[in-house]
Amino acid sequence: MMPDLGRYALEVSLAYVVSLGMIGALALFYWVRGRAVKRQLAEIETRRGENG
Amino acid sequence: MASFWEYANPLKFMRTSDWLLPIVAVAAVVVTTTGLIWGFFFTPDDFRQGSTVKIVFLHVPAAMMAINIWVMMLVASLVWLIRRHHVSALAAKAAAPIGLVMTLIGLITGAVWGQPMWGTWWAWDPRLTSFLILFLFYLGYIALWAAIDDPDTGADLTAVLCLVGSVFAVLSRYAAIFWNQGLHQGASLSVAPGTRMDWAYKAPLYTCMVGFGLVFVALLLAGTRTEIRARRMKALVARERMA
Repeated sequence: MMPDLGRYALEVSLAYVVSLGMIGALALFYWVRGRAVKRQLAEIETRRGENG
Repeated sequence: MASFWEYANPLKFMRTSDWLLPIVAVAAVVVTTTGLIWGFFFTPDDFRQGSTVKIVFLHVPAAMMAINIWVMMLVASLVWLIRRHHVSALAAKAAAPIGLVMTLIGLITGAVWGQPMWGTWWAWDPRLTSFLILFLFYLGYIALWAAIDDPDTGADLTAVLCLVGSVFAVLSRYAAIFWNQGLHQGASLSVAPGTRMDWAYKAPLYTCMVGFGLVFVALLLAGTRTEIRARRMKALVARERMA
């Protein structure tokens, strides 16, 4: 299934691996940070609710 | 139909993005994956560039997004400066890391493509240089947000930086035309007659461009939601300290 990339196999593969890796890492960073901030905000709002 | 300005209300933005984000995220994954698989597996090698032509499906959409994201940040910054809507300033802040990564992908894929085609990884060509400066502006923009504690002051100063950096966003787009020199070619895609690219490449390329656009919108929505929450958290903590 893998296409024959000929003499430029390294360059083309490198471009795809690096680019997709960076987009994946960025998405993961946004997701993890989003969850962390959401959890922290919920904790603060709960604490404020308890304290009146 | 709700007015566009209603989304400047954080509550309205959070409610709308809550149902919109999963739809855009799924569309982004489907369209980008389709475009990249189509481009990588089902396009022929170019008679001159060989298989390196497949890099176009990453390089062009990433470079396009790098410039367009800065333009989006410029519009959001102007909205902040003129109308003082917090959501617009936070949207610009959330967009910057995405623009940074897109610029880096454009630079890396360009270098990897340039080495076998031009015989060099890098040249101080007008487009390459203006793109590198745009990358540094993204870094500076993110660093400035991180360095300033007060969110309104941060939004003001980064908005001004964004205005200045817009010169390089425009230069990155039109450098090859302005100077008409250097290694980098002019636009690969054009609405003008006498198109330079065959539809065998153009169709998957357009798909990837739409996909990258959707990836940006999905991450922007997610990032802006996080920034809105982070701002509220900061305000609540400050109130607790004062009490």
